[in-house]
Amino acid sequence: MLKFLARRALLALLVMLTVLTISFGLTRLSGDLAISIAGPQATQQDVEMIRKAYGLDRPLPVQFASWVVSAASGDLGRSYLYHEQAATLIKARLPITLTLGLCGLAIALVVAIPLGILAAMREGSLLDRAIMLIAVVGQAMPSFWLGLVLIITFGLQLGWLPVSGNDDWRGYVLPSIVLAFSAIPSLMRLTRSGMVDALASDYIRTARAKGLSRAAIVLKHALRNAAMPVVAISAVQLGFMLSGSIVIESVFALPGVGYLGWESISKNDFPVVQAVVLFLAVIFILLTLLADLLNAALDPRLRAS
Amino acid sequence: MSGQAPHPAPILAVEGLRVRFGGGTQAVRGISLAVNRGETHCLVGESGCGKSVSALAVMNLLARGATRSADRLAFDGTDLLPLSERQMARLRGDKMAMIFQEPMTSLNPAYTVGSQMAEVRQRHRGGTRAAALDRAAELLAKVGITAPGLRLAQYPHQLSGGLRQRVMIAMALMCDPQLLIADEPTTALDVTVQAQILRLLLDLQRELGLAILLITHDLGIVARMAHRVSVMYAGRVVEHATAAELFAAPTHPYTHGLLDCVPVPGRTRRDVPLGSIPGTVPRITAGFTGCAFRERCAHAMPVCAGEVPLRERVPGHAYECFLPADWPQRSAA
Repeated sequence: MLKFLARRALLALLVMLTVLTISFGLTRLSGDLAISIAGPQATQQDVEMIRKAYGLDRPLPVQFASWVVSAASGDLGRSYLYHEQAATLIKARLPITLTLGLCGLAIALVVAIPLGILAAMREGSLLDRAIMLIAVVGQAMPSFWLGLVLIITFGLQLGWLPVSGNDDWRGYVLPSIVLAFSAIPSLMRLTRSGMVDALASDYIRTARAKGLSRAAIVLKHALRNAAMPVVAISAVQLGFMLSGSIVIESVFALPGVGYLGWESISKNDFPVVQAVVLFLAVIFILLTLLADLLNAALDPRLRAS
Repeated sequence: MSGQAPHPAPILAVEGLRVRFGGGTQAVRGISLAVNRGETHCLVGESGCGKSVSALAVMNLLARGATRSADRLAFDGTDLLPLSERQMARLRGDKMAMIFQEPMTSLNPAYTVGSQMAEVRQRHRGGTRAAALDRAAELLAKVGITAPGLRLAQYPHQLSGGLRQRVMIAMALMCDPQLLIADEPTTALDVTVQAQILRLLLDLQRELGLAILLITHDLGIVARMAHRVSVMYAGRVVEHATAAELFAAPTHPYTHGLLDCVPVPGRTRRDVPLGSIPGTVPRITAGFTGCAFRERCAHAMPVCAGEVPLRERVPGHAYECFLPADWPQRSAA
């Protein structure tokens, strides 16, 4: 188990380093940062001054190394737009994004798992096909479009829920639903295929031969084995939701981390862009690690290896 | 055997059992068999002849798409045919238990041996988990597993195939069943382990008075274990007899063929090649008539395409064929 953890941790470190390199490279590829920071009216002198002030005159490898070192010690750099620590900016916006992501995942699981189980139990039936059709439609539907449709229907026409902002819990309802919709199809499919395999397995035949109740057979013996990939993908989906909330947060005007990232990209606030990317990468890696650990807890065979 | 007291009612009585698959295949075509209390009844035949399907049909464990019907299906005097799935589940694992060919995959990988064993007892008999685990430990010891306490806490992947099959047997015994259906329980195991498992089944039968319906393709196992034998071919029981009778006077050409395939020390001649039955078991669909073995049979006649008679050789030994009972002697002469 310790070896397993150590291997995962090492892998996570490598992934993080790769993400850092790529995000650093991409911000530098988007043109001369000093010029874009200085703005259109700046003189050559201003640009040179800014270049010096931000350390952009140093060779790229040196810039990269110094950024990695300070990031490792917790200093993610300062936003030149807000004149605040990037870490402070992210921390202030994190609760919104986390609330959104967790609500989205909860809704997705509550919808996807029972439907996936039902579809698997009636494999090949009309119900199965109807559920799979929903999955296909859900997958094909862009989330910004669904967001707008929900805003028009429930926000404007029916007036049940606010169309934007986060004044109270009702502001999270529509964005959470939209976010959930993006995760439901893959979770549902995975539940279904896992359950189809599990229900056809020898140990389910044994469970039936033991005379167990239908609930015990399906929910205890089959679901436990089918749940492993679902758990792994749920964690990854949460990562997608947290990072992918850029679109949803801008459609519903929720000032979360995704919104901050989008804003910094469009304003070329590169320390914040790097910080947000790093932060999301860390979240993603931690969630994947969590998925592995949950898998190991569910599958006794993995614990040994 | 005329001096013996007549058998009490069999624990399992099957008459006219049929199983059809969705594709129109008739896997089991009206078989009858009776398993007596405390006896081992062997159902023998090649793979694909309907042995396992018959056993699953008795337990009502057929996969979706398969339908069963029967003239009579009685367990310990209870008619099983009108029972709902819920009522049937109450019998399974309690009064009638089943073990399978695949010990490696028949246990749930996600739960410990103890938890899987305890749940049968609790399901049918109630009681605490601790009591059920005590019972499980006791049975693991009975099936020859050392350190039962340790095994209870282990997961299936930590056990060898032989141990897993022992666990399956112990689990089947959790509620003192009257009938154990064993579907090729040793086929997937090493020869030495095979012998141990068969020995164990014999001992358990003697000790618990268990009736066993043993499905196998191995005539060596039949010779060791069976009191009575039903030979199955293409969904029919083509010959049934006591084990002694069957080996002394096999009468159906298919039974002959099966016996010819098995080398017997001292009887099989080294200079004559071992026999084999050409071809494979045919797939039978609706509208098929006559003897299903006729295409592989050296004695086939034109009449074999018609309704085949069931002939009695001696009381308790019958076979489904046009050939007279003494044909082996005649053809040998």
